[in-house]
Amino acid sequence: MLDYDFMRTAFLAALLVALVCGPVGWFLVLRGQTFASHALSHVGFAGATGALMLGLSPLTGLAGGALAAGVLMGLAGDRVAGRDVMIGLVLSVAMGVGALFLHLLTRSASAATALLFGDILGISPGMLGWLALLSAGCLLGLGIMARPLLFATLQPEMAEAKGVPLQLLDVLFLALVAIATAECAQITGVLLVFTLMVAPAATVLRLGLSPLAGLGAAAGLALAEAWGGLILSWYTDCPTSFWIALLGGAGFLLVGLVQRFRA
Amino acid sequence: MMSGRPLSPDISAECASEHASGQSAHVPASCGFPHAGSGSVQVSGLASTPASEAAASGATARSASQSISLQDVTLARGGRVVLSQISLAIPQGSFVGVLGANGAGKTTLFHALLGLEPAVQGSMQINAQPVRRGHRSVGYMPQMRKLIGGQFTGWSMVASALHGQRWGLPWYGRAGRAAVDAALAAVDAQDLAQRPVAALSGGERQRLLLAQTLLDDPSVLLLDEPLASLDPARMRETVERIHTLARARNMTVLMSAHDINPLLGLMDHVLYLARGKALLGTVDEVITTKALTALYGAPVDVVRAGGRVFVVAEGGGSALQEHDCGGCGAHA
Repeated sequence: MLDYDFMRTAFLAALLVALVCGPVGWFLVLRGQTFASHALSHVGFAGATGALMLGLSPLTGLAGGALAAGVLMGLAGDRVAGRDVMIGLVLSVAMGVGALFLHLLTRSASAATALLFGDILGISPGMLGWLALLSAGCLLGLGIMARPLLFATLQPEMAEAKGVPLQLLDVLFLALVAIATAECAQITGVLLVFTLMVAPAATVLRLGLSPLAGLGAAAGLALAEAWGGLILSWYTDCPTSFWIALLGGAGFLLVGLVQRFRA
Repeated sequence: MMSGRPLSPDISAECASEHASGQSAHVPASCGFPHAGSGSVQVSGLASTPASEAAASGATARSASQSISLQDVTLARGGRVVLSQISLAIPQGSFVGVLGANGAGKTTLFHALLGLEPAVQGSMQINAQPVRRGHRSVGYMPQMRKLIGGQFTGWSMVASALHGQRWGLPWYGRAGRAAVDAALAAVDAQDLAQRPVAALSGGERQRLLLAQTLLDDPSVLLLDEPLASLDPARMRETVERIHTLARARNMTVLMSAHDINPLLGLMDHVLYLARGKALLGTVDEVITTKALTALYGAPVDVVRAGGRVFVVAEGGGSALQEHDCGGCGAHA
């Protein structure tokens, strides 16, 4: 299957995205902000459809929309980020706007499917360059803020007293999440961002590894699930997103079961 | 809490605490009471109890240099004045129990000392420097709350606070790992190092929190309700542990608590907060019917029974809040 250009591109894209989604997701799950990231992907959807209408690339709109929402969410602080109702409202309004934009687009059906469920086989080599750039930026950013972010996540009051800028970290982290979400949506689609952002991270967090090992393992597991999904999709002709979602859920369950029987 | 009365300007009377040793750790406090007629209340020491002797003999070993000092400090929270024109000085190495009802300003005072909330007026110094956020020599242990990251081992949890304000990866290096090990050893928590935090009891998690506050080798410890949700035996054990650590490292400790009894015999001073005022002194000076009645501006009885102290309000406690009467719940 690696004889085909589009498959090689797909494997590379999955690598670039998984390496970011794993560690970013690890913090996301630890901080209890998974629902917020779900909302960011939906705002990204509205941005992507808007970009399509204007004749721009969907990735631009996706990243732009999610980034703006992420920064605003971080600035609003606990007033929004910790509130399910607020996030749910933002999510549904964004989805509604996206539906309107799709309606106004002529070639809506295929575009909608690609955005909602992902189209990893349709990633162009040019897109690969953008993904590489975003991934490098994300990993660099995460590497710089990992230590205070961990402290602020586990002991917010103590961290604040020690001079950790909580709000700045919150904004920066949600910006990272927004970019990672936009990248992830290229592979799994907007609706299934959870599969690569949350599933591997949540599975790894169950293992009780030390933070650095956990961040690495989350990246590794995300990569294994993304590539596993690609390979299975090649042999079964089912969508890649389906397999990634299934692998993510199965991995999470499996670790839970193993731990239960060990205990 | 603001009293309804206008604040009299001359409320900063001095409550000098003469220690049994004769070496005076002078503790001026804003112990003036806006009490009609009486002006200020001079609190005198009562007959020595074993408790105060222990506190006094501990105080002799330390220098009288000021660790924490407040001049005419007014603190507000959410626009409401919580503490009004407080002046006090706490000597280095003193072990202070901070008492008062919910909302009396204990946490607000701690936040102010941490530089998280600026004072409305007045000035505050720690180790002769103005308070500021991120002071390395100030250790802070917040109240225990919902556990985040319970799957981490005790070691990882403590290590997350090691230079947690620095940018970069959570990579600790040999010196860092040794510092974490030393902090764990200081609170006898080596056996908790490899267990997931979620599997630990409240008292064990408390020890990990304490280990975290020790990482920067602080000279001042602010402990917010470290005894909450512990059973009585654990309470005493915790206070003793903190007391021993504080003595060994000559740390000044401010520990807020709802019940005075677990602290009896170990603390050098009581800082009692009520009605926007603060009263600092030894247990025998502060926890008296006269002093507390004046502080609250309402009849309050201090009852001593079985080596324990109870603060009881007349008329079902209209002046005190539920948790304010130390230990009365246990004897109800």
